[in-house]
Amino acid sequence: MRRKGVSYAKYGYIFALPFVLTFLIFHLYPIVYTAVIGFTDLKGLGKTSFKFLANPFQNFITIFNNPTFQVSLKNTALIWFVNFLPQILLALLLTAWFTNRHYHIKGQGAFKVLMYMPNIITAATIAILFYSLFGYPMGPVNDVLTSLGLIEEPIYFHIQKGTARGIVGFIQFWMWYGNTMIVLIAGVLGINPELFEAAEIDGATDTQIFFRITLPNLRTILVYTLVTSMIGGLQMFDIPKLFLLGGPDNATSTTSVFIYNQAFSGSYLYNRAAAASMIMFVIISSLSGIIFFLMRDKYAIAQKKIEKQHKNELKKAQKAAAKGVEA
Amino acid sequence: MKKLSHKVMLPIIYIVCIFLVILSIFPFWIMIMNATRSTYEIQQHAISLIPSKYLVSNFQILMGKSFNPLRGFMNSFIISTGATVCTVYFSSLTAYALVAYDWRLRQPFFTFIMAIMMIPAQVTGIGFYQFMYRIGLTNNFLPLIVPAIAAPAVVFFMRQYLIPTLSIDIVNSARIDGAGEFHIFNRIVLPIMKPAMATQAIFAYVLNWNNLFTPLILLTNQDKYTMPIMVSLLRGDIYKTEYGSIYLGLTLTVLPLFIVYFLLSKYIIAGVALGGVKE
Repeated sequence: MRRKGVSYAKYGYIFALPFVLTFLIFHLYPIVYTAVIGFTDLKGLGKTSFKFLANPFQNFITIFNNPTFQVSLKNTALIWFVNFLPQILLALLLTAWFTNRHYHIKGQGAFKVLMYMPNIITAATIAILFYSLFGYPMGPVNDVLTSLGLIEEPIYFHIQKGTARGIVGFIQFWMWYGNTMIVLIAGVLGINPELFEAAEIDGATDTQIFFRITLPNLRTILVYTLVTSMIGGLQMFDIPKLFLLGGPDNATSTTSVFIYNQAFSGSYLYNRAAAASMIMFVIISSLSGIIFFLMRDKYAIAQKKIEKQHKNELKKAQKAAAKGVEA
Repeated sequence: MKKLSHKVMLPIIYIVCIFLVILSIFPFWIMIMNATRSTYEIQQHAISLIPSKYLVSNFQILMGKSFNPLRGFMNSFIISTGATVCTVYFSSLTAYALVAYDWRLRQPFFTFIMAIMMIPAQVTGIGFYQFMYRIGLTNNFLPLIVPAIAAPAVVFFMRQYLIPTLSIDIVNSARIDGAGEFHIFNRIVLPIMKPAMATQAIFAYVLNWNNLFTPLILLTNQDKYTMPIMVSLLRGDIYKTEYGSIYLGLTLTVLPLFIVYFLLSKYIIAGVALGGVKE
């Protein structure tokens, strides 16, 4: 016996409630609170009471004019770029090799597992490991380079701005290229294989196929990779914080390290850290907006495809019916 | 012509791949070998491909100071387990609400979840810290576990998994048998979602285990330190020249991850691939 008119709609609300409540209390409220603190005089360890500033934007002005913040912003961009460019190029190259139908690379599974491995290891551990590896005068890297005769004197990696930034960028690259490669390979496997077959029959070379078919079809995934990497890069904290504590002379200080140092060391300037956080929040949110529209469009396109298919089938059925009548 | 170029390319490809594999393994190999070597040996030659015999003395020096890997392991274990259970269970529940019920705010709610998916926890850290400080929850594990209930990206993934898998007929027949909605979710829907839950559980666990920022601002009591905070002690002055002990400490923090990774690598790689092509 099925009773009509029983509505289960209320369970939709009930089951979504824990998510909504948690989001409001632990995610939305801290965002609003951070924004509010940005306009106040809240500073000093253990302080919770605050007054709004006479000029509410004073903290933001101070942050924008703070040379350390400017350097941190520049470092974040620089380190991200130094890591992303080789990362995407290497990932694309490996993707082209691993998905090439003539090469049949053996041991692909093992290669993927080992190339992805650094990604899963605690970043804090990796930062300190690399600090030790690049030690001076007798760290393992200096040991290898001098033994091979590549350099005559050990290099003091930790006190030179260029090498310090370069190593942070390298660690990020080393941790993430495997991840990007796996995502791209999955993307290539999702492309309609008929496209490749047709191109091959037409006599296209591997290079032509890669640039004319593979790359254009990966466009969405490439944009997705780019934007998520930028969002991740803007939050870079563990490696620069623990590798050289943001040094030498703030050369590896990122915006996240800057925010942490403002709020949780020295004079505990929660208000300025909050203002800097909001600036980052706005930048990251705009980048997230790109992903949001990208995925929404994809969703809408898929929906339209299904509708179109329905219409075509309907037309065919009508035609068939009409033919049937004629006959 | 084509064949020839392939013959030239194949060795190059293998050489590059093997080089990259060595690049992945080598730092960890040196770390493990140096964990067994004395500080003097390391200072003479920082690289050795074979172990030495100072593991025990390194361990004694390591444990003689504030670094306590067992405590860090236990704390990280409690936090990661709690947060993972919260994330996986409540994300499944929320996804079920989105798929199985027809409520008026369903579509707006889904759009909302997609919009908040990328909001990073880090930039709201100041407000979160002040909030927790005011209600006396610093040095407490709850602020590191409970917020995991709302994980928009996991809800999104679970929903995509549930749409083609869930048959509403099964749900309806259970209803006819008189089962309550909550019971149906726990007894019928959750078992269906097991594969998706396993994938998401692995990633949630690793994410929480490796998290440094939030624990670092909330936990100031040494007894509450998580593994990543414990690791950061190795960077400080107390172990300054005890190289062997530093490498051993690092090794101890990485070991559980290695074991888990090589047991589950198949699922992890598949999960990464799935994450990139989510539509």
